[in-house]
Amino acid sequence: MTILNVLILVCILYVVFLFAVAFAADRAALRGRGSWLRSPFIYTLSLSIYCTAWTFYGAVGFAARSGLEFVTIYLGPTLIMIGWWWTLRKMVRVGRSQRITSIADLISSRYGKSNLLAVIVTVLAVIGTTPYIALQLQSVTLSFAAFAETDPTATTLPDMQSTALWVAGGLALFTILFGTRNLDANERHHGVVMAIALEAVVKLFALLAVGIFVVWGLSGGVATTLDRIDASAIARFEVSGSRWIGLTMLSAVAFLCLPRMFQVMVVENEDEDHLRTAAWAFPTYLMLMSLFVVPIAAVGLELMPTGANPDLFVLTLPLMDGRDGLAILSFLGGFSSATSMVIVAAIALSTMVSNHVVMPLWLHFSGGAAMVSGDVRHVALLARRLSIAGVVLLGYVYFRLSGGGTALAAIGLIAFAGVAQFMPALMGGLFWRGATRTGALAGLIVGAVVWIYCLFLPSFGPSVVLPQVVFDEGLFGLQWLRPRALFGTEGMDPVVHAVLWSLLLNTSAFILGSLLSFPQPVERLQGAQFVNVFDHSGTPGGWTGGMAQSEDLLIMAQRIMGATEAQALFAEAARRQGLAGYLPEPSPSFLQELERELSGSVGAATAHAMISQIVGGAAVSVEDLMAVADETAQIMEYSSQLEAKSQELARTARQLRQANEKLTQLSVQKDGFLSQISHELRTPMTSIRAFSEILRDTGDLTAEEQSKYASVIHDEAVRLTRLLDDLLDLSVLENGQVVLHVQRGSLADLLDRAERAAGVQGGALRVVRDRVAEAVDLTTDLDRLVQVFINLIANARKYCDGQPPILTIRTAVIDGELVIDFTDNGSGIAPAQQAVIFEKFSRIGQHKAGGAGLGLAICREIMARLGGAVSYLPGQKGAAFRVTLPLSARMAAQ
Amino acid sequence: MSKRVLVIEDEPNIIEAVSFILSRDGWEVKTHANGHDAMEAVRARAPDLIILDVMLPGKSGFDILQEIRADAVYGHTPVLMLTARGQTKDREMAERAGASQYMTKPFSNADVLAAVRALVVP
Repeated sequence: MTILNVLILVCILYVVFLFAVAFAADRAALRGRGSWLRSPFIYTLSLSIYCTAWTFYGAVGFAARSGLEFVTIYLGPTLIMIGWWWTLRKMVRVGRSQRITSIADLISSRYGKSNLLAVIVTVLAVIGTTPYIALQLQSVTLSFAAFAETDPTATTLPDMQSTALWVAGGLALFTILFGTRNLDANERHHGVVMAIALEAVVKLFALLAVGIFVVWGLSGGVATTLDRIDASAIARFEVSGSRWIGLTMLSAVAFLCLPRMFQVMVVENEDEDHLRTAAWAFPTYLMLMSLFVVPIAAVGLELMPTGANPDLFVLTLPLMDGRDGLAILSFLGGFSSATSMVIVAAIALSTMVSNHVVMPLWLHFSGGAAMVSGDVRHVALLARRLSIAGVVLLGYVYFRLSGGGTALAAIGLIAFAGVAQFMPALMGGLFWRGATRTGALAGLIVGAVVWIYCLFLPSFGPSVVLPQVVFDEGLFGLQWLRPRALFGTEGMDPVVHAVLWSLLLNTSAFILGSLLSFPQPVERLQGAQFVNVFDHSGTPGGWTGGMAQSEDLLIMAQRIMGATEAQALFAEAARRQGLAGYLPEPSPSFLQELERELSGSVGAATAHAMISQIVGGAAVSVEDLMAVADETAQIMEYSSQLEAKSQELARTARQLRQANEKLTQLSVQKDGFLSQISHELRTPMTSIRAFSEILRDTGDLTAEEQSKYASVIHDEAVRLTRLLDDLLDLSVLENGQVVLHVQRGSLADLLDRAERAAGVQGGALRVVRDRVAEAVDLTTDLDRLVQVFINLIANARKYCDGQPPILTIRTAVIDGELVIDFTDNGSGIAPAQQAVIFEKFSRIGQHKAGGAGLGLAICREIMARLGGAVSYLPGQKGAAFRVTLPLSARMAAQ
Repeated sequence: MSKRVLVIEDEPNIIEAVSFILSRDGWEVKTHANGHDAMEAVRARAPDLIILDVMLPGKSGFDILQEIRADAVYGHTPVLMLTARGQTKDREMAERAGASQYMTKPFSNADVLAAVRALVVP
């Protein structure tokens, strides 16, 4: 197996190990075990992401190129940890009491929740961090390539870009897996912190091991090493005072402002007291990291061939000596430095990007629907994950575009200078109540512009972004606007020059803007909370209060929970405290219990805000109010849903009532129907029986009488049969079992047939028709339609009392419907009866004209089956019936 | 002199049948075919017995019976009710209204004759 394969295998095993560690730590934290996770040493080790691959490899290169100047990178943070730890403590306290999620969140919260500020900080942070991520990817690929060069079996060099792509993909996956398990910023990323703490140990161990090997293995002891240093160029570098001070200050400021540092220092902080340990432990770590930098650089310069990249001495020295194991360890150290930086930077940046850019945009475009909370959670998680992938991808793209050249090495300081622009707004926000949003905006924008113009754009080299003429003559030909000699300050180091002017102008704009503008109420409130954070935030989350507030709490609780439950809760608490009556001491535990109870009714945020207001221990924060609004919106949503439900219930009840009424009505109708049938059947039967008895019992009947009585019997039997036929017909029609025989025929023919069958011929009734209008062809069940017509004409014949009786049949086509009106000149039907004439056996005025009272009921059923209708047409003087039928034959279901 | 029966009934065939039976038995039969002026017919015919249908056009047989019972002159005239509605509650209504006898259609001719004979004391 070649060394390259071994390296890849070890790398994969190492990554799997990191996943396992992160997973185990997450599990342990979830189960409440793992107090060791909250050790101050873990916190200190996590701070070591400050030492990236740039420090691991680059410090040696830095020393080889510029002598002791690299020390400034370690000196800045050391000064901060030792001299300014009270500032850190204030940042941590503010971060916890305000539930801060990132440095952008902190600055925007302080200045009245200004999202504009958050966006500016986010953009600047992304610009400053992207090259840095690219630098990490480059270091991994370069060190990998260094291995490949020494491997005699590798015929071709591995593709640099694909290596970087693999690394970037793996890092994005790791970060998404362990960085977005939960949303709440208060819940920390135990898995990630544990993994980077482990990596911190690996990189320190690797660098120390290489250092010891170089001093005692290659160089032959401390004394000879010191001689080599004296002999090397490192000893002869002039240390420029201004550059020294400038770089130290810069790294100190960057230590405070770097988004990834803020993430581990403030957001992931478990306990303020951890800072006490970190105050000495972290400088110690930095000291150990820098211990062997100069010896490695000196020995490397002497032993390695000229032209060898001093950035890779840490790796190439063991390789040159054939110490493959040590080289792999060294590679893992660099790998750890690079990956831990990318992971934390991706988490920090993705939090900022998703909270301040993606979510506001989404909320804006999704409108009111976003107020339903459950939805937001998923979107926020998705936004966080996409942002992580985006941040890592951006780094990879930058790496590809920059071609992986050595120009990246200078990026570290440039990025430091970019994030340093947060400093005035950050420190002003923490220590000066007069600082305003306008000031912060002015400072940030001025600082960012100066940094971009004087350092970021020129770093690409002349004529790449900025044309050469701008370097020589200044912008618009103004000499005092030359990017490397602002206001005529020539001869300064470019970095120091840019840092000096950007921070100076930034701070001036910040102070001037703050003095000239007037803060809004929210800003003043937040300003007081930030600056005086130690005055009014006790133990976070805890409650304290006086006895007098118990009564107020009881009043409030009664209003929310109801009197009985609230009194029971208070009495029980008082009993536990050994007090009589209903008013317990408002102890922290009681207040927490009350908050829990109330949050069941009004939501957690509202409960917290209500108790806060009464107990007064903590002011109601803007987040609390927002959360209350969120809950209220949710409750309103629920209550409107409830209202809809209750309306639906009322509707159902109404429908049930109507159905019940209908059923009762049907039952009454059924009784009436049976009674009617009985009557209709008994009447003809009576005649039949009476006359048949007469024929049987009377001996002396004349032949004429016999014949007459026999015909009565016959007629009544026919009437009985017709009644039974009608009943069956109606039953079939009502049950929808009728089979329609669809044929085509003309309306005029149908009416002729009906007239004949209704017995009009030779009677008194005259029928008036319009044969032109009747020339309409129909496709329907013609026999059934004729049946309807017969009924209507026969009714007119039987009931019309006009003198002389006339029936007018009018035909028209209205809206695609055939409309046939049967109007007679009789006295018509009284309005009260118009409603019932289509019911069964509803004969008008008890007239018996031969029918059984089923005719119109049958007509109505037939027309319904044919897809049309028959109805009484009021206001026509005589009785009028309207038959409608769609021309395009639409049949009802058969 | 033969006794007089007034038949108030709207079904022509039934009128004819009842008239035939009673005439053959020696009764003087008068008929009336609707409800709304039935009381006038009673006063005009001065019958010894009334045969009354329930379902009549214009006025129900029960209403006519009540009017008869309330009349000073004909209040005690026997009334035989004939109805095609054979339910118990109809019979009870008829008895409450003061019917002398109640018969359901279709009836046997002999029964009608027997009832008429029993109701009118010759």
